[in-house]
Amino acid sequence: MLGEGMLKGLAETAENFAGSFVSKERMTTVQYPEERIAPIENTRDFPFLIFDGTDPLAGLRCVACQICEKECPPKCIYITKSTDKKPDFVGKPQNYPTRFDIDISVCMSCQICVEVCPFEAIKMDTQFELSTTDRFGGLLLDRDQLSRSNEYYNEIHPTEAAEVDARLAEEKVKAEAKAKAAAEAAAAKAAAAAAAPPAVTAPPKEPIAKEPGA
Amino acid sequence: MKTAEEILAAIKTALPDAGIELILNPSPSAQHSFLLAPKDAVTIASFLREDPELALDYCSNATGVDWPGKEVTEKVKATKVVDGVETVVEESVKHIGPGYLEAVYHLYSMKHGPTDPGGPVVLRMRTVNRTDQVELPSLTLVWRSVEFQEREIFDLYGIVFTGHPDLRRILMWDGFEDHPMRRDYVDPDDYEYEPTPHDAVLKRAEEQRAKAGVTP
Amino acid sequence: MSATAFKSYRPPVIEPSEEGDELLEVAMGPHHPSTHGVFRMDVALDGERVVRLKPVFGYLHRNHEKIAETASYLASMPYTDRLDYFCSLTNNWAYALAVEKLAGFQVPERAEYIRVITAELTRIQNHASAIGFLTQEMGASGTPLMYAFREREKILDLFEELTGSRMMCNYMRFGGCRVELPKGWLERVQKVVDGLPKFIDETEALLTGNEILMARSQGVGILKPDLAVNAGITGPMLRATGVNYDIRKIDHYGIYDRFKFRVPLGDHGDIYDRYMIRVLEMRESVEILKQAIPDIPAGPIMDPKSKIRGFRPKVGEAYGRIEAPKGELGFYLISDGTGNPYRYRVRPPSLINLTVLEDMCLGQNVADVVLIFGSVDIVLGEVDR
Repeated sequence: MLGEGMLKGLAETAENFAGSFVSKERMTTVQYPEERIAPIENTRDFPFLIFDGTDPLAGLRCVACQICEKECPPKCIYITKSTDKKPDFVGKPQNYPTRFDIDISVCMSCQICVEVCPFEAIKMDTQFELSTTDRFGGLLLDRDQLSRSNEYYNEIHPTEAAEVDARLAEEKVKAEAKAKAAAEAAAAKAAAAAAAPPAVTAPPKEPIAKEPGA
Repeated sequence: MKTAEEILAAIKTALPDAGIELILNPSPSAQHSFLLAPKDAVTIASFLREDPELALDYCSNATGVDWPGKEVTEKVKATKVVDGVETVVEESVKHIGPGYLEAVYHLYSMKHGPTDPGGPVVLRMRTVNRTDQVELPSLTLVWRSVEFQEREIFDLYGIVFTGHPDLRRILMWDGFEDHPMRRDYVDPDDYEYEPTPHDAVLKRAEEQRAKAGVTP
Repeated sequence: MSATAFKSYRPPVIEPSEEGDELLEVAMGPHHPSTHGVFRMDVALDGERVVRLKPVFGYLHRNHEKIAETASYLASMPYTDRLDYFCSLTNNWAYALAVEKLAGFQVPERAEYIRVITAELTRIQNHASAIGFLTQEMGASGTPLMYAFREREKILDLFEELTGSRMMCNYMRFGGCRVELPKGWLERVQKVVDGLPKFIDETEALLTGNEILMARSQGVGILKPDLAVNAGITGPMLRATGVNYDIRKIDHYGIYDRFKFRVPLGDHGDIYDRYMIRVLEMRESVEILKQAIPDIPAGPIMDPKSKIRGFRPKVGEAYGRIEAPKGELGFYLISDGTGNPYRYRVRPPSLINLTVLEDMCLGQNVADVVLIFGSVDIVLGEVDR
């Protein structure tokens, strides 16, 4: 009969309508911002810099190599390298960024900076409610606003952070073993040098006196 | 699908006077192309479409490429006065070549598609230079799919396709001058700047700020 | 040398009727709820009949191709997400395929399986949304659209777990995929795929037999197969006219040869055929997924020879294409040996499919123009780049 297709469709809609009162499957609307869905673990929003320990500057992993600045597609990272050095997590002196700004009005959350960083220093955050009324400077986050601790990273991305921590711990063990082996080799060399008789050295040369005006 | 050499042989058998040559592609994709002389392009294109064995009835992609002139060093004979005697001297003169604009077409066969997959047949046409002799014949009447794409090449590169039924700008607005995809295009400095200051853009941003009297 | 005689396919010329000698020129302008983005159609009407139609676009032109000339190959990958913003994973795959052809990379098997799974999920959610938008424009007030979006959200949640982002995935790399599958992801995909046949059945129960849909779409916007082939139409629009051309079966790219799936073809080439093709393609995608998910092998996901940074392919050029949900998406790259491409070209299916909009709409009523345009299924990000 004419209209059968439409009636079938209406039955479908009625089923959905009635069903939305009883099943969660049919009623998928979440009343944001009063209710929130738990964020998915791997989500990425904007980058942040990691520091180990409690002091943001002393523990900052970033060594200002500027690879992320070069690879960033919209070029929204600005880095100024320091002229002095500070020791990193294995004790080796490294540069650090005196200025590390990210313009999050330009950043497109592509995660390429995270991918290319060789020092696990920059990771993706999960915060997206970052709107501000300051048009020109409010969305330019500087180094202090971007620094977050490693504990925060473990909270927001537990699986990834566990992996990164395991890798860094491994590297630290390897570096310490290498340093220990180098120290032992140097000590053995010094002991060998002390045991041998002192070498004969030539007498120092007399400086040739120059006559003024020569 | 036939190899590029076989297709070239087929074209030369059917159209002996056609201006066509094979250009090899050094990359692993091995998609070689044919350079067509502009005066024979429509003839060759219609042959490729109507030939029952090739049946290249589907033009998938039409695009433009800009090749600016390269620096050329030529040895020129000039008459010069050397030590009071007029001699003919050879000297090297450097000048920038005219460059050319290129239109590239990728063809496939939908008729033979299910039984005979293969790489695309690539056609190329080059203009004489980039300034005043930028005409090329349009292939729209052979393959309608290039209608919008030739308009885009005209809009962004400046190649004028003779015989195109409706050649006007497609992506830029009608009063726009200049051709944005060319390698020497300089975008105008007349809009409000909130740039990402890196390298060259930083210099221009600082000039703009100095002009406006604004401190960053 | 005599030229071969050939037939040119030009749009028909409609003469206005004798009663009215003034044509009403309407700009179905860039701000319009049914133009799928910022798109304008300059329409000349004789009463209700369309006499002339010229599409105007370029409002979303972001010059993606020129940005790619000054950026590295890797930096262009996130920009390809934003071409057809509904289907970012297939855009990524097309670009990765073109670069792999240019540089000669081999993709490991596990990465190929992941690519197929993500591409088919993308196809399902694209077709569901396309049907939803089409029926919305017919006046269905969003009911099929919201049902489609309910399924789409499940698929986008899967993408967020895998890639970090719902829509702008940036997941494929040259030679494989960016990151390994999270734990339990394949089980969740299986659960979503198990629920998809019920969703497609519901959509069909709601729409396929609906008299209003049939009355408005059957016999409207007919496209003939020879015009479609000559105008370079690809994708569901071409298959609705009856031409058997699906690049997954033609080019044998990826590992599609291992999966048994059919290619639905239409008879009439009208809007109703295009709608049915999309529904049937969703069912075939579910079949592919059911075969791919159990079969996925263990192994690496990246070609060991590929580089992330400092990638400099040899001089040469390559054209790589895939069957994107909208049609044939191709990338044409010319490399001059440096880290930036010399020429980067996107072959957009939406732009080429619009070539015949004029042909299909001439002689129809203006109310059908919106439907015909909706059945082409375009995304302005791809048309304008």
